[in-house]
Amino acid sequence: MDFDFSEDQVAIRDTIRELVQDRVAPRAAEIDEKAEYPKDIERLFAENGILGIPFPEEYGGISGSSVTICMGIEEIAKACATSSLILAVQALGSYPILVAGSEEQKRRLCPPLASGEKVAAYALSETGSGSDAAAMKTRAKRHGNEYVLNGTKQFITGGSIAGTLVVFAQTDPEANHKGISAFVLEKETSPWQSSKLEHKLGIRGSPTAQLVFEDVKVPAANRLGEEGEGFKLALAVLDRSRPGIGAQALGIAEGAFDYALNYARERKQFDQPISSFQGIQFMFADMATQIEAARHLVYLAATKVDAKAAGLTKTAAMAKLFASDMAMKVTTDCVQILGGYGYISDYPVERMMRDAKITQIYEGTNQIQRVVIARALLK
Amino acid sequence: MDFDLPPEHASFRDAVRELAQAVALPVAAEVDRDHRFPEEAVSAAAEAGLMGVLIPREYGGAGLDALAFTLCIDELAQACASTSVIIDVHTSVGSEPILLFGTDEQKRQWLPRLASGELLGAFALTEPAAGSDAASLKMTARRHRDDYVLNGTKVFITNIGRAGLYVVFARTGPEERAAGVSAFLVPAETPGVRVGQMFKKMGLNGSPTGELVLEDVVVPVANRLAAEGQGFTVAMRALDSGRIGISGQALGIGQAAVDESTALLRGRTREQGDDFTLADMATRLESARLLAYNAAWLCTAGRPFTREASVSKLHCTDTTMQLALDALQLAGEEGAVSGSPFERHVRDAKALQIYEGSNQVQRIVIAREVIQ
Repeated sequence: MDFDFSEDQVAIRDTIRELVQDRVAPRAAEIDEKAEYPKDIERLFAENGILGIPFPEEYGGISGSSVTICMGIEEIAKACATSSLILAVQALGSYPILVAGSEEQKRRLCPPLASGEKVAAYALSETGSGSDAAAMKTRAKRHGNEYVLNGTKQFITGGSIAGTLVVFAQTDPEANHKGISAFVLEKETSPWQSSKLEHKLGIRGSPTAQLVFEDVKVPAANRLGEEGEGFKLALAVLDRSRPGIGAQALGIAEGAFDYALNYARERKQFDQPISSFQGIQFMFADMATQIEAARHLVYLAATKVDAKAAGLTKTAAMAKLFASDMAMKVTTDCVQILGGYGYISDYPVERMMRDAKITQIYEGTNQIQRVVIARALLK
Repeated sequence: MDFDLPPEHASFRDAVRELAQAVALPVAAEVDRDHRFPEEAVSAAAEAGLMGVLIPREYGGAGLDALAFTLCIDELAQACASTSVIIDVHTSVGSEPILLFGTDEQKRQWLPRLASGELLGAFALTEPAAGSDAASLKMTARRHRDDYVLNGTKVFITNIGRAGLYVVFARTGPEERAAGVSAFLVPAETPGVRVGQMFKKMGLNGSPTGELVLEDVVVPVANRLAAEGQGFTVAMRALDSGRIGISGQALGIGQAAVDESTALLRGRTREQGDDFTLADMATRLESARLLAYNAAWLCTAGRPFTREASVSKLHCTDTTMQLALDALQLAGEEGAVSGSPFERHVRDAKALQIYEGSNQVQRIVIAREVIQ
């Protein structure tokens, strides 16, 4: 048993922390206000190897460890949730390749992602198929050595800016979820269109796209696994990515907590810092406790990803559920501690509260997490 | 980073589980109903060496660490919360102060008898007017040549009447508050030691709680633990570890609530609302377990763990209170009938939010560490 990060992990985290403080934190408010994708931050992450964290060295990356991915996401999310999604989605979009790809596919598809030359995205949801992912309508029909994709994907994080896109589509609609297959689309050879970008409550700098596929051709060599294995893969990927969303929620909560704590030490009312009032102190004690509880669940889940341990599905769902519910509560309380200042955009905590909300919704709503957990408990 | 229990800890846990399920679980309902001491469970624990989990082998103990202690209390509490609190108080605040602050002679004199279970340990800090504000305690210990003479009343003493040795905190000097407090080892058979009022509680009914009255109790200087004026330090350090033990109790009651709820839901028509309640319960319990293990791990590693122990105690006990209520809600009327484990868990869990530092005190400790 060892609750400490390794020295290597701490070194990576400290590097990211410094970079985030210097370069990301000063941009966060503007990214949110303008709701523009921070291409500069993406390039910064690419240049500093951060986009290579999801990949093992043999595929051009620097880690491949879920614990390290989570540490990176957490650090970035402390300052800017939008920017943390750049790493989170790089991991999400690459997991299918790393989990189900052949050696040839990994060697071909991963290095441009690991170097940060390209960013990845993951296209599962559709307008009529959110929590019920198996109900998807996007079709992939085989013609010789390629597939032709038709359909529309909804709420695809980074779908408009990705160079590599993993798409789930029906190859055998009669077979329902057993007819779903996974494909890797590369923008240059299989161009897709983004038809609209959503205006959102939070993570406003992260483009959430509707993607349209009209006779988009994909080489059969870019199918991941066998036909019909896509749904199983989608679920396996979510088991691996959910700890990352937990880490994002954790980072958002910590960012808000740290800000509110400094504020409470400085802010004077009734001739004393508001941090001297027990009502405020108890809020901090509860928040610190909940953050710590969430942190352990997130990293437990991440270690299970790395160890390919049994029970990952349940633990990953627990980490995502607990951390995101915690982040929503903590950021709301931090707004409360700043009072009127917390509610205005001159201060970052209202943004963090808006950013926290999505963590309860995406990568499986928290209702879906409860379904997953209950199923594991009652099986 | 590795969250797995070391194999030796896992096998120790399994052994305690076997014993607890075989001996403590069958008597849990009856012990609660009749407000009787779980003699057979405590004796079985003593025979199995569980009264000396933290005591080094050279003093007859098992020489295990804080994590093993947490697992031990967790397993006992899953079976019978009363049994777990008796052994928890004995092991942590009742014996550990001697281990941590005792002289070699004190250790040799007391630890083997505590480790074997011949003596049951107890901890006497709280007074009628000194609960969360322990430093305001009034019990006196006046030096008289080679002895101290103790006078005063302690309340809410776990293992009262059953304990063979009390760790007692009393005022030795005129110094105000914490600075004037010293710790003493007071054998139960010392003249002037008597049990005052016994408390009838809402839960943990098998664990005796009451007043300890000391009237002109003479103890030799050799029974003073640590230097004069160091008593409060002894108490606070003991409570840090004690909070790990209470976390273990909370995990045990919480696990029992989750397991019983799971069995209940398996046996009836599935409803999503119930499923979601169970999912939340299991998730919170998992988070609590990790906090308890983290505090125990830090303690074992000799690193600071005051904040982590408070975080663990707060989260584990608040979680378990909620879990016990949720489980009772899932069980409905049948769970509310006397004799049902569901209603017993609710009554037992409540104590955990109050003792070994109320959860308000935990928040004060945590806030102090966070805000400074």
